Amino acid sequence: MPKRDLFITSIAVLLGWQLLAMLLQRDIFPTPLAVVRSFVENFGEIAKHFIASGLRVVASILIGVFLAVPAGLGMGQIPRLNRIFSPLVYITYPIPKIVFFPIILLFFGPTEVAKVLTIVLILFFQILVPVRDEALNLRPELLNSVKSLGAGRRALFRFVYFPSALPIVLTAVRLSIGTAVAVLYFTEVTATYLGLGYYIFLTSSTLFDYAATYAGAIAMGVLGLVLYFFIDWLERRLCAWQFAV
Amino acid sequence: MIDFHEVTFAYANAQPVFDRFNWSIARGEAWAVIGGSGNGKTTLLMLLAGLRLPTSGHIAIEDQIVDRPRPRTGLVLQEYGLLPWATIQQNVALGLKVRNFYGPDGRHAPVEHVVGPIGPLVEQWLKRLGIDAMRDRYPAQCSGGQRQRAAIARTLVLDPDLLLLDEPFAALDAATREDLQNLTIELQREQDLTLVVVTHNIEDAVFLGRKILVLHRPPHAQPIVLDNPQAGEADYRSRPSFFEQCARVREALTHGSALVTPYA
Repeated sequence: MPKRDLFITSIAVLLGWQLLAMLLQRDIFPTPLAVVRSFVENFGEIAKHFIASGLRVVASILIGVFLAVPAGLGMGQIPRLNRIFSPLVYITYPIPKIVFFPIILLFFGPTEVAKVLTIVLILFFQILVPVRDEALNLRPELLNSVKSLGAGRRALFRFVYFPSALPIVLTAVRLSIGTAVAVLYFTEVTATYLGLGYYIFLTSSTLFDYAATYAGAIAMGVLGLVLYFFIDWLERRLCAWQFAV
Repeated sequence: MIDFHEVTFAYANAQPVFDRFNWSIARGEAWAVIGGSGNGKTTLLMLLAGLRLPTSGHIAIEDQIVDRPRPRTGLVLQEYGLLPWATIQQNVALGLKVRNFYGPDGRHAPVEHVVGPIGPLVEQWLKRLGIDAMRDRYPAQCSGGQRQRAAIARTLVLDPDLLLLDEPFAALDAATREDLQNLTIELQREQDLTLVVVTHNIEDAVFLGRKILVLHRPPHAQPIVLDNPQAGEADYRSRPSFFEQCARVREALTHGSALVTPYA
């Protein structure tokens, strides 16, 4: 995306927001200027929550990737494994995993583990399925030609399955960031005193400091955006071949 | 060098493709295997490569029964099998990387393999195949001929004694095709390779194969073999004998063994 376009769009959104807020004159819809002021005033507080939320979501993504990628590649590579686990994936995939959060809370209490586990559960399936399908659909001539170079299962994993799955892993992660941040908010609304979700909820429902609520929401958006850009950057570095013309 | 002994092969729930098939290849020979699609050409190559195993009987290469891919057999497949995410240089280095990955275990790499730097050897083959300028390009950025050269380089860098080519020139234009045919012959002589080229193209088979195995209609029991002593000679393509030989192969493809002396 050209930087100039992003800049122009941002300015237009801010202007529209300012105009609408001036028109509506409601304290639940503060002007962007008020929000920016609140953001600056509460920067230390917001930064503290931002870091807590960021750590949770990054940890969840890392754990999700480290669990789902080998599982997906294993299922794609070993037919027996796929036969055993595919039905399980099939019946559990459509269940919205967020509904397990209260149950996870019962098991783990209001801990970091509970929050991270909930996000991992969602990411796991979103990464597992495309990675498995990618591995299943690898062209046989590719596998045969690398086998003919002497590769056994371990080398195929290292030289074929893993690199072939990289773009799909990054795409899955990128598509999951929105969900991950949304779920993060949900898990932070309850059972914690740290995190942007908590900050947003507290400022709106207890403190009635709406400018701060918006500032928190913006911080959450920034968190998603930073992660998104980071994955973009990673994709350009690790999957350069996809961008070569 | 290669012996097919009473080899039977059938895919699951299907008629056998080979039925007690006996065939042998001497070291350094250049063979072409020709047949229509579905006649078992690629199956034969997969059997030779150790990527499929006979249902019964056995195949021996250098007196060793083939039960898995053999380190000194080089295979170049129809679609080149290059890794799309790796540059030409990385693709050519792949086999050596795999060998270094396992070390000289005699299964994945020959026992005499020395784990060491692979750069110079790869460079040497990139130059020999004339693709050193493409070193940092990805396969999708190269022409069909360049990709084929890379696939051949990737195989030859491993110092094979047997080279198997599956429809190697199928997707190439006429000039590139002849160019690569000449190169194949050159390399076969230079490296003292035993060569088996599988093709559906009569001209490819007649130019490359000093012996031509015709796969008429499965199941194959008796090999149908044509001698073709002028194969690979520089101006063979423009000699009348080339066209006569092509006609003979075409006959054999259509009518099977009727017009050809069975292979002793």
